[in-house]
Amino acid sequence: MKKIILSATALAMMAGAAFADAHGKTIRMGTEGAYPPYNFLNDSGEVDGFEREVGDELCARAELTCEWVTNEWDSIIPNLTSGNYDTIIAGMSITDERDEVIDFTQNYFPPAASAYAAKSADADLTGGVIAAQTSTIQAGYVAESGATLLEFATYDETVAAVMSGEADAVFADKDALAPTVEESGGEMVFAGDDVPLGGGIGLGLRESDTELKEKFDAAIQSMKDDGSLNELIVKWFGADAKTF
Amino acid sequence: MFEACADPSTLEGLGWLACFLTTGKHLAFYGAFGTVLLLLAITAPTALAFGFGGAMAARAQFAPLRWFGKGYIAIVRGVPDIAFFLFFVIALDQGIEYLRHKVKCPDWDQPIRQGSDFLVCQAAKMPLGNSPQWVHETYGFALAVLTFAIVFGAFAANVLFGAMRAVPRAQLETAESYGMSPRQSFWRILVPQMWVYALPGLSNLWMVLIKSTPLLFLLGVEDIVYWARELGAAKTPRFTDYPHGDWRVWYFLALLVFYLAFTRVSEIVLGRLMTRLTRGQATMAGEAQRKNA
Repeated sequence: MKKIILSATALAMMAGAAFADAHGKTIRMGTEGAYPPYNFLNDSGEVDGFEREVGDELCARAELTCEWVTNEWDSIIPNLTSGNYDTIIAGMSITDERDEVIDFTQNYFPPAASAYAAKSADADLTGGVIAAQTSTIQAGYVAESGATLLEFATYDETVAAVMSGEADAVFADKDALAPTVEESGGEMVFAGDDVPLGGGIGLGLRESDTELKEKFDAAIQSMKDDGSLNELIVKWFGADAKTF
Repeated sequence: MFEACADPSTLEGLGWLACFLTTGKHLAFYGAFGTVLLLLAITAPTALAFGFGGAMAARAQFAPLRWFGKGYIAIVRGVPDIAFFLFFVIALDQGIEYLRHKVKCPDWDQPIRQGSDFLVCQAAKMPLGNSPQWVHETYGFALAVLTFAIVFGAFAANVLFGAMRAVPRAQLETAESYGMSPRQSFWRILVPQMWVYALPGLSNLWMVLIKSTPLLFLLGVEDIVYWARELGAAKTPRFTDYPHGDWRVWYFLALLVFYLAFTRVSEIVLGRLMTRLTRGQATMAGEAQRKNA
């Protein structure tokens, strides 16, 4: 046992010495991979979606080598702060609570509406049971709305809860719900009014990573300036989506 | 994967299913079964070794070693698995990085803890930030094996400690009267006879270990339960060539069959092992074997 640790450490140190001179550090991009169209795993098991394209473009502009990793939404912030990856790019809205723990770049997706989806348009949104994903701004909103909050680890499970009748409605980003509602064949409809939440979506970074933050901020600005960011938003979210 | 699968929307029935079940995502799912089996194959003997060491330490004449053995058993058995998995792994990982940091970056002047951030120099990262993804995965897997081995080792230590005490005292006294040293009587008399007392407890542990592999996902290792959930979730045509409804029940049914079959095979193997270990022992089952022979 001791030998295993020792030899593993020795091996790691040798490997470290060999790579120590290499510049250009790889930036590890942490995402959830279960929130289409922002990010999801495609049929071949790779990260795909709006954020994949934006992230790859940002890395190219900032001249960074990037690598994609997936992590469960629930533990996505602790794993960033302990250094398992360097950015969170997972449809994470900029909020004051999160800003106390991590840093955000400027938003790459404008402040968007959240919406309720239910089996019927007259679902009880204030007194019923509402499903939302754990530790999202939507979950926080539902908790304060007076409705009974039913939390799930993934977006899929929140939708499944409505389909099975466990919850009266699901509350999530409207852009994530739109494809689900459109392709449910009328089984699910939007209910109630849209609710504007959050300050848009930004890349999450460690508070100490100011250099990386500047690089990404500049890259996002350049994508905003030449309109390429808007093109990607329209490509993934449709012509009606809010752009910059 | 196959040429026929280039346009899945034209496929139907079995052809569609064959293509669907061979997507890259499904191959990762099948690979995850291998991950789980490999984890069990490495963890079980490692945990047994930890358990044996722990039991020996808990029986030691030398007091500090005995305290260490008993403390290990008591503390690890008392802490909930999930807390141990979340806390211990992060602490171990940061501990390794801290030591490497001290060795490799002696002239680093910034604090390592800044608020909630844990910062070490790039060269001290474990694994290195620029190493490929498989290195990160292997490292995560190794941490998982070590954590599993420590947790299950404590339970195994308790089982073995009890089994060692269950060996009839007369056997050891006979060994002493033959002039064997404590070390000799331990290895020649006690250890060969204790397995038969330990096996029921150890086989329980093995069954629990089989079923606790979903804890792997807490450590960032994508196991079969993660993939079953991901693959079974409803998919809309916009984001996949193979849209389907909520199929989680089928995937979890497949997992159920896998775990039940695995449990059954384990039971058969453990039953045979028990028969083998009972042979010639001074127990009721051993006596029954002798009479039937």
